[in-house]
Amino acid sequence: MAFLLAILIAFILYPILRVLWIALSDETGNLTLIHFLNFFRRPLFREALGNTLVSGLLVVVFSGLISLPLAYIIARYEFRAKILLQTAATLPLVIPPFVGAVALQLILGRSGMVNLLLMRWFDMTIPFMEGLTGVVLVQTLHFFPFILLNTVVSLSNIDPSMEEMAQNMGCHGFRLFRRITLPLMLPGFIAGSLLTFIRTIDDLGTPLMLNYKNLLAPQAYLRITTVGMDDVDGYVVCVVLVVLSLISLLAARKYLGLAEYATVQRSAPVTRRLHGKKLLLVWLLCGAILGVSLLPHIGILLLSFSKVWSFTLLPTAYTLGNFAEILFRAPHFIKNTLLYTLLAAGLDIILGAAIAFLLLRSRLAGRNLLDAIATLPLAIPGVVLAVGYLRVFHGWDFPGLGAPLTSSWVILVVAYTMRRLPYTVRASYAALQQVHVNLEESAQSLGANRLKTFAKVTLPLISGGLVAGGLIGFVTSCVELASTIMLVPRIELGPISYGIYIYMQSPLGRGAGAALGVVAILLVSLGTYLTHRIFGGRAGNAFRI
Amino acid sequence: MQPAEVRLDGIGKSYGEQWAVRGVNLHIRRGEFFTFLGPSGCGKTTLLRIIAGFVFPDEGTIYLDGQPMDHVPPWRRNVGLVFQNYALWPHMTVFENVAFGLRERKVAPSEIERRVMETLKQVDLQGTENRRPSQLSGGQQQRVAVARTLVIQPRLLLLDEPLSNLDAKLRIDMRIELLKLQRDLGLTTIYVTHDQEEALALSTRIAVMNGGRVVQESTPRQIYEQPANEFVAAFVGQSNLFSGKVLQADPRVIEVRTDDNLVIRAASSASAKLPERGDEVLLSVRPEAMELRAAGSTPTGANQLTGHVAASAYQGSFVEYEIQLAGRALKTYTINPKGRALFQRGQGVVVIFAADDVVIVRSDGE
Repeated sequence: MAFLLAILIAFILYPILRVLWIALSDETGNLTLIHFLNFFRRPLFREALGNTLVSGLLVVVFSGLISLPLAYIIARYEFRAKILLQTAATLPLVIPPFVGAVALQLILGRSGMVNLLLMRWFDMTIPFMEGLTGVVLVQTLHFFPFILLNTVVSLSNIDPSMEEMAQNMGCHGFRLFRRITLPLMLPGFIAGSLLTFIRTIDDLGTPLMLNYKNLLAPQAYLRITTVGMDDVDGYVVCVVLVVLSLISLLAARKYLGLAEYATVQRSAPVTRRLHGKKLLLVWLLCGAILGVSLLPHIGILLLSFSKVWSFTLLPTAYTLGNFAEILFRAPHFIKNTLLYTLLAAGLDIILGAAIAFLLLRSRLAGRNLLDAIATLPLAIPGVVLAVGYLRVFHGWDFPGLGAPLTSSWVILVVAYTMRRLPYTVRASYAALQQVHVNLEESAQSLGANRLKTFAKVTLPLISGGLVAGGLIGFVTSCVELASTIMLVPRIELGPISYGIYIYMQSPLGRGAGAALGVVAILLVSLGTYLTHRIFGGRAGNAFRI
Repeated sequence: MQPAEVRLDGIGKSYGEQWAVRGVNLHIRRGEFFTFLGPSGCGKTTLLRIIAGFVFPDEGTIYLDGQPMDHVPPWRRNVGLVFQNYALWPHMTVFENVAFGLRERKVAPSEIERRVMETLKQVDLQGTENRRPSQLSGGQQQRVAVARTLVIQPRLLLLDEPLSNLDAKLRIDMRIELLKLQRDLGLTTIYVTHDQEEALALSTRIAVMNGGRVVQESTPRQIYEQPANEFVAAFVGQSNLFSGKVLQADPRVIEVRTDDNLVIRAASSASAKLPERGDEVLLSVRPEAMELRAAGSTPTGANQLTGHVAASAYQGSFVEYEIQLAGRALKTYTINPKGRALFQRGQGVVVIFAADDVVIVRSDGE
């Protein structure tokens, strides 16, 4: 317990508090709000804050608009193409948003496929990818599945008798949806939206790739990396980010609480078969969604095989050289990713299981603190955690390492472990909740000691949940950019996400970057597939937290 | 609204290969309290959902007041339904829950107010109208569910195990309340339960179901006292069952030698048709029909079996004994004998019961 608390405090709480303290103190160490006043006085920061809120809100609104009808169709109807629709809904999840940004540039950008065609036919262009529009477009395409999965879960959690009762009372059709279904699913829907909002403001890669800097996350990044570690404004931006995330997280938890109480599952929800015109409409919708969500994948695949691709509809020359580059000339990106993320996932599983066990099975004081700190990373943007680490671990030799933690690749493992810890804690907690204490007590009364009971009864029963939690950690760490980009000590220690970022900086490296992107997509697909295998139809739950 | 009469004509519904219900023909008269009784999976809830309109049968037709319901959706049937889990909407207050059906029927607001309050009073829930369902106890929630259904004055009330989520004592209280309410309103009611005591206590008629079919349809007394077959005899109440061959049958008494080599005499009136010598029959005797005497006494009675007490369970109002005979065990209930001593484990006893208490539940060829 004390050991776990110490780890969590050292690597989560303390770095955050350091950031907070720097933002709230003056040179002499007194508490002050002057830095925040300065923040709000500067038009640049006010604009960044406004842009962050607006883009987050737009992403959530657009995602919601796409998701609501799709979720209703998935949850309530039965048709053969449903599996296609469900696949389409998970495709965007496997492509990291900053990779998607590059791909969409090629297709929708100023000299991308679509605008070249528009130019040829109508002598006009549409600035899809310019400025904030581009960020919102890329993020919506990437994040709508989170809201969709969440909405499907909310919908299918509604007890069917709630709707049947209303039908029995004379209510049906859209009126039934408005009076019963919508209000019952709304808490879950809002919670999902808030969690998505947190992810959008956390996303550093997309704005960087699209070269749009006037959002909070890139501002914090640029301040620290260009102005320097001692620039107070960077820390203030970080604190503002944390406050936004924290408020959203707390609100999301409140709504999730409401959602849970409203849904007592009795039996499988009733699904109806689709026929005729309706079926055709749904087919068209599926096709459209599938097409649009596949755009980034197609773009990145083409780019990875292209030798030359600029100002033309499709690449003009193809090559396998990009894959040769990343597999043979610079294989460290892939090796590093596997090393870091698997280590982090393993650590997460151990820490998550231990924390969940203490939370559910012990009566030790400090459990609530443990829970709170272990949940905190959900509300800590990657940039902020990285800034905290740089501040705390820079400039002194870490015991047992002989060098500062920030100059070793270990810092990346630590960052990934801590950022994804909430997933394994939640997964283990949920799994452990399913294990009735009586099962353990029976083993103990039959002569097994605590350790044996855990090893022989508890662990086998929760192992599915543990592995699933670890897989989600692995998948999300594979494509983590926000803290990676700040914490990578040397270029040869960087993982895939860092490699993509570096390659994409130069026009000649784009092909290799895309090839790395394809590898990232494959890794994430594999992880997602395994998660689905373990979670089964409840995969949506994994993204609910 | 006048209470409805319901006719089920050859109803069948299959899920894949499996028939949930099949060949069900029933006629439920106006004002009846009719119960579908059976173990889980017997098709009783499916039948109820077919009547409510949530499931459309693959075979047969439902008639409500003579009208076929083949193409009538649930919201046009004006049939009230109370779910096992009550299905109260958590996002509405008690008042809103109860007012829901009236709003759907475009009743004037002042009229809604009056009728909701009146119905809440009827189920003894005054003062709870502004609360949320989650703030009510299980019994209160159950009454909100009933009020919500009654307020629309349905022509038919469907109840799907409405008492099964209540604790034992409350369940018995609510049973009486429900009985009085239904008899006062004279509302045709169809009740689904697996609890045979509930079914016997509440119903005017019962359809016992097994494996998707109605196996006996009768009044509670007949179901209990003249079970049509082995399933009913075993499912409704406790029974001592004996299978055997007829030794001799005359218009007064039928003598049967059981497979355990006991001889049991049954009154001939117990069988619709007089069986013949050598027929295979199944006999049922209720535990409370069996009387115990200490061994060595010389009782009179058509049937006397000697054995010893294998177990005795004191239940307060009665004592349950298990009596070991030569080849088998019997279950008997004895009304609490007050001051007198109970029979002890191992004690020799004579079990006696009248020929009238022996029911022939099934015989070959019938």
